[in-house]
Amino acid sequence: MTTLHMADDRTDTPSIVERIRPVSAGGPVVAVHYLKQAAAFVFGEETVLLVSPDGNERRVNVHTGAILSAASDGERLITGGDDGKVVAVDADGGTTTIASDDKRRWIDHVAVGPNGAVAWSAGKTAYAHAGKGETRALDVASTVGGLTFAPKGFRLAIAHYNGATLWFPNVQTPPEVLDWKGSHLGVWFSPDGKYLITTMQEPTLHGWRLADRQHMRMSGYAARVRSLDWTASGAFLASSGSDQLILWPFDTKDGPTGKPPKMLAPQKAALAVVACHPKQPVVAAGYADGLTLLVRIDDGAEILAKRPGAAPVTALAWRADGGALAFGCEDGEAGILDF
Amino acid sequence: MSEKVPVTVLTGYLGAGKTTLLNRILSEPHGKKFAVIVNEFGEIGIDNDLVVNADEEVFEMNNGCVCCTVRGDLIRIIDGLMRRKGKFDAIIVETTGLADPAPVAQTFFVDDAIGAKTKLDAVVTVADAMWLKDRLKDAPETKNQIAFADVILINKTDLVKQDDLREIEARIRGINPYARLHRTERCAIALPEVLGRNAFDLERILDLEPDFLLANDYDHHHHGDHDHEHAHHHHRMKHYHDEDMQSLALSTDKPLDPDKFFPWVQNLVATEGPSILRSKGILAFKDDPERFVFQGVHMILDGDHQRPWQDGEKRASRIIFIGRKLPEEKIRQGFDACVA
Repeated sequence: MTTLHMADDRTDTPSIVERIRPVSAGGPVVAVHYLKQAAAFVFGEETVLLVSPDGNERRVNVHTGAILSAASDGERLITGGDDGKVVAVDADGGTTTIASDDKRRWIDHVAVGPNGAVAWSAGKTAYAHAGKGETRALDVASTVGGLTFAPKGFRLAIAHYNGATLWFPNVQTPPEVLDWKGSHLGVWFSPDGKYLITTMQEPTLHGWRLADRQHMRMSGYAARVRSLDWTASGAFLASSGSDQLILWPFDTKDGPTGKPPKMLAPQKAALAVVACHPKQPVVAAGYADGLTLLVRIDDGAEILAKRPGAAPVTALAWRADGGALAFGCEDGEAGILDF
Repeated sequence: MSEKVPVTVLTGYLGAGKTTLLNRILSEPHGKKFAVIVNEFGEIGIDNDLVVNADEEVFEMNNGCVCCTVRGDLIRIIDGLMRRKGKFDAIIVETTGLADPAPVAQTFFVDDAIGAKTKLDAVVTVADAMWLKDRLKDAPETKNQIAFADVILINKTDLVKQDDLREIEARIRGINPYARLHRTERCAIALPEVLGRNAFDLERILDLEPDFLLANDYDHHHHGDHDHEHAHHHHRMKHYHDEDMQSLALSTDKPLDPDKFFPWVQNLVATEGPSILRSKGILAFKDDPERFVFQGVHMILDGDHQRPWQDGEKRASRIIFIGRKLPEEKIRQGFDACVA
């Protein structure tokens, strides 16, 4: 048995697995976010499970079919479903339907921005709502691959085929298009707003330094990169897509250009999900065999957070104070580690 | 890990009967649930719980290969459908009449997440018995769909004479001798003939004989007055020669040198990828106790050791290509040079 073998291999790794508080998810977990003190486990279909600090579990129905996308600002969870709805869930389990697509198209992507801003997309159309006022819509040339808000202001980045579009929904100026050939599927701003990074269909990341639109190509991955996160200081961009944790240095003005990434925590299984500690230079890394490690960036020290299981880790989230880590897996295994 | 969900791709020119076949599949009492991905311009209603409209967004991969095209919308939709895993047993993708099947097929090889959760089962092409000959002349899409198919339904056979049917079959064979051919009226066919074919499963590559040597239910030796007969050296069959779409089969009893074969085949698909629609091979390498099998779509190759050669089994290598204006002599010489 591979799993047992893996577990035996890690007798030298300090472990905190005994701190896991299992959560009875009961279905594949596709995302997890913290809403204030409550962990919100998002399932592949219909339901969000809220777990409060005292362990109280509460199920909230948000969609009638698949939950296709989820995003959070730490206060609210926004989900998009194949029922054409965009739904907001708060830490107490209250739900609000933010939008319903009139043709019941799939809501492929959602994003949450500063001051209550929300964005979503259906096909080639991106929608943005500032929290008050009208919903604005923008059609891009091809299906939206991903959405993210700039860290400040009401500005949305839309990833699509052959590049990304930067859009100020409440300003008349035409959207700015950043070109790069290929299909861009996910999009992230750096915390300082200076860089825009996309994940691509190819096993590579693309980046633009927004000041001068200089391109950055971050390649060498074994598989399509699906999970990215910035470290608390913004010094590193952590990524999946390999069998180890890949950290691109962003601590100088040139970003990672010409520099090799830091590579930590190599494993036999592919790295599936990364989540950076909100304060410390530590990354939670969830692998395709269910293993989860806490990796210290400075020296690569590892702590075993969860042993390998039957299915890949699909979701990881830190509580805002760094005092808890929630995880979810494809087979419904889920839990919370308290520190 | 749980079973991969099989995906069947239905192609065929406008009006050939794709939607008829789709509705037949859905309405048979098989107890199976399907998720159906249709193009948004479909004209006939589909009676199924899980129907998703697709917009056939084909894009090129940014890897310098012009034939590495994939269906971006399929990646997105299948990703979404897999969130409802367990709600369906199989996926059927109906393409538009003008669609090239290659980007659909390549999607399953190019995207690792899709490849991990689903598997391409077969490309099923519905051809209109009445109009196929005309479409082969004026619609390049039709030729692609025939060339690419694993299973071909010659539909509306009640509308044409027997002689015409034989001619149509011969023309299809001239393009693709490897697909399973079926004559149908209103797409009436036993579902195991179109579903669960495992046509892209390396494990299931048994032999690479033309279909009519395996199923000799039709007469396939035809003599056309305006088409020339063409005899391949390696498989003793005669068929119509389509001017721009052909198949090429090569074989040898001499063991191959893997250090010669792999660079050759990789270079071949890299340079001729746009013209090679599909390729398959069973290979006997020198001093290798196992059969090696591969298959490809344009430039994308997928291969593995399959199983040990069995006692008494003839250790022969055989490769086939279906493509457009294949450089036969170049391929033949290259293959011959791979002998150990």
